Amino acid sequence: MIMGAKQMNISRREFLKTSAMAGGGLIIGFTLPGATRLAQAAGKEARMSAYLRIAPNNGITVVCGLSEMGQGVHTAIPMLVAEELDADWSRVRVEQAGVDQAFANPIFGMQATGGSTSVRGHWEPMRKAGATARAMLIAAAAETWKADAADCRTERGVVIHKSGRKLSYGQLAEKAAQLKPPADVKLKDPSQFTLLGKSGTRRLDSAAKSTGKAKFGLDVYLPGMLTAVIAYPPVPGGKAASVNDAKAKAVPGVRQVVQIPSGVAVLADGYWAAKLGRDALEIQWDHGANASLSSEGISKMLSAGAAAGGAVGRNEGDAKAATPAKTIQAEYEAPYLSHSCMEPLNCTAWVKKDGVEIWAGTQSQGPAQGILSQVSKIAGKPVKLVYSREDDTRGYFYRPASVTRMTGGLDADGRATLFTASVASPSIMEGSHFMKLPPDGVDEFGVEGIRDCPYDIPNLRVEYSRQEPGALQVWFWRSVGHSQNSFFLESFIDELAHAAGKDPFEFRRSLLGKQPRYKGALELAAEKAGWGKPLPAGVHRGIAVVFSFGSWCAEVAEVSVGQDGTPKVHRVVAAVDCGMTVNPDIVKRQIESAVVYGLTAALYGKITFKDGRVEQSNFHDYRMLRMNEMPAVEVHIVPSTEAPGGIGEPGTPPIAPAVANAIFAATGKRIRKLPILG
Amino acid sequence: MVSLVVNGKTRKVDAAPDTPLLWVLRDSLHLTGTKFGCGIALCGACTVHLDGQPVRSCSTPVSAAAGKKVTTVEAIGATPAGKAVQAAWIRHDVPQCGYCQSGQIMSASALLARNRAPTDADIDEAMSGNVCRCGTYNQIRAAIKDAAANAKRA
Repeated sequence: MIMGAKQMNISRREFLKTSAMAGGGLIIGFTLPGATRLAQAAGKEARMSAYLRIAPNNGITVVCGLSEMGQGVHTAIPMLVAEELDADWSRVRVEQAGVDQAFANPIFGMQATGGSTSVRGHWEPMRKAGATARAMLIAAAAETWKADAADCRTERGVVIHKSGRKLSYGQLAEKAAQLKPPADVKLKDPSQFTLLGKSGTRRLDSAAKSTGKAKFGLDVYLPGMLTAVIAYPPVPGGKAASVNDAKAKAVPGVRQVVQIPSGVAVLADGYWAAKLGRDALEIQWDHGANASLSSEGISKMLSAGAAAGGAVGRNEGDAKAATPAKTIQAEYEAPYLSHSCMEPLNCTAWVKKDGVEIWAGTQSQGPAQGILSQVSKIAGKPVKLVYSREDDTRGYFYRPASVTRMTGGLDADGRATLFTASVASPSIMEGSHFMKLPPDGVDEFGVEGIRDCPYDIPNLRVEYSRQEPGALQVWFWRSVGHSQNSFFLESFIDELAHAAGKDPFEFRRSLLGKQPRYKGALELAAEKAGWGKPLPAGVHRGIAVVFSFGSWCAEVAEVSVGQDGTPKVHRVVAAVDCGMTVNPDIVKRQIESAVVYGLTAALYGKITFKDGRVEQSNFHDYRMLRMNEMPAVEVHIVPSTEAPGGIGEPGTPPIAPAVANAIFAATGKRIRKLPILG
Repeated sequence: MVSLVVNGKTRKVDAAPDTPLLWVLRDSLHLTGTKFGCGIALCGACTVHLDGQPVRSCSTPVSAAAGKKVTTVEAIGATPAGKAVQAAWIRHDVPQCGYCQSGQIMSASALLARNRAPTDADIDEAMSGNVCRCGTYNQIRAAIKDAAANAKRA
């Protein structure tokens, strides 16, 4: 949902750790470790922020600096607080925080939501906030009753004395606000949890999103606001050489045409006029260096990079000297992919005398302030930039394409003794502009999911060759490098299993002796899917297991292949070990969601280039999985008392190899290039 | 000027007759529940009802809506099918990001209004024009069946 952000020069709060609300309530402010790091780096003291409010009417509001993208963070974060607070869940609400360093993600050190880090980073601090508030409410009750705090307990938003006397949190909030917060609080032992890890806690955002009331970035309307649509160069890196805007300006509702570094912006009273204005622009483009960029050329460049090899990311045993009894080699390829969120990209900026206000649906409030401000400044009015679906599909920031060449070796008994992978792909680290390639020259995202190959293979080598076709802007995508590298590794391990004449599940299992959590997820998925048991005629299974973002996820896909070669995925059985869970219902939905995301890409996803132009534009040629193609999905959670892992992304990587491996089982045809229906 | 009946109220808007209904609802009337997804009737995010029939408002000129009753997600809860669908959506916690769900609810409400006991095939047919990037299809299916069962009892 929407983020309203205000960039201002003055501090808008000066809270102590606790303070009183107007009207008599309790506010608990505290600093996340990420904010402390940021402040220390700047030589300042970290400021507190209001994360939790308890109102006299017993309403509890958790202010959350993370972006809700559907992954359930606006439910999970309040649950962390509510658990330790012993809150009445039906009275808990969530409020989106603005842009503030106080909300810096403890893992990233900046205000951003991603990398499946939210629960991992906030597991302790949010629980501490809840426990602190609870301790203060108990202290306030004890003082009111002139009783011993040790004789008080809490339950569903009420402090109860052993005598049976009760006061609600709302009744106590004003008094609690006058007390000094305890220096340290004890957190519950997981065995005492009543909310965390239990199913049945409902999302806090379902009603707003089922009635049209939820506000997204595109729903911002401001007084006098203009809508901007930008004509971008059709070839990346191109520039407008000449612009005739006479016809555009003649379109009713068009107010202004502005040439900007990235293209030509048409400003109008609404989207439709702006779009018609853009259609009427006459622009001569200077296409620049990429005018002959093609997918064939990109594939060749990547393939040559993979063949040549590059920086060494992992080297165990002696891969070069190994002499296996049997060797197999294969080259795999994955394409560029667009994010294609349902909400086309948009952003609203209003340049005022004292600052800029920005509204956007964004994962990274911290870094994403700026571009549109120039346009608003020129117009002197608030401006909403809207991408059409075509702009969005062609807007770059793609998941990088990759070609990977792999070698596998088996000894005479069919045991794997050799694995090498040579990856060639663009660098997300360099493309991000907030990271750099490390000194070893290996892009972390380029090799994740393959460098961390978990299989017990004595001779193992992974190399990375950075290739930047067309200097295209690449970016993070759900599960990032794992999205292609797990397809490469888990498909190739399947090839190796078949080369050894072994069952793909048993072959993996035999190489995971030192990896209990991989093995646990793999075995649970196999067991729940009935691995080895008969299936309906024509239906075949494929399996894959991946560790990513702190969680282990195995998936079994049941697939049949039609006469025309079109696969149908009937059922996916997933098992995930994500440590302790906050909300198991959301965990299951996230795995299912990630399966759909990965399956969509595996079947259909590709961004290709011809004559420098992106060939795809909208949902007819950048296809989405639809209701009639949706498989049944079962998700099983490995019981665990380990620290929580991520959950937004780990379900995505295993699905492409699981489906491709099932297709091999069905047809004997090995899929080495995505998408499957390429 | 085009005159429309939107959610029971007569509204006059200053728009060219070929302006898509979607942009009249959003930019002129600020009824933001109806979403822009693709602009060419491929994703269903903009689905509204014209005299009870589901249409893609991004590809329906406002002139085609003149004199007809336009119903958007903001008012679909006033119909028996829409009320049952929205309640089921909330009960099943269907939405994730939520962006497509207005369109999903409008398509599902139209389905239930004409078919009180939709089969899986009926659901596939009525709902496959609505894309959900979060992949909530199985929850949508379950919620439609639940809404149908509840509507029958009511």
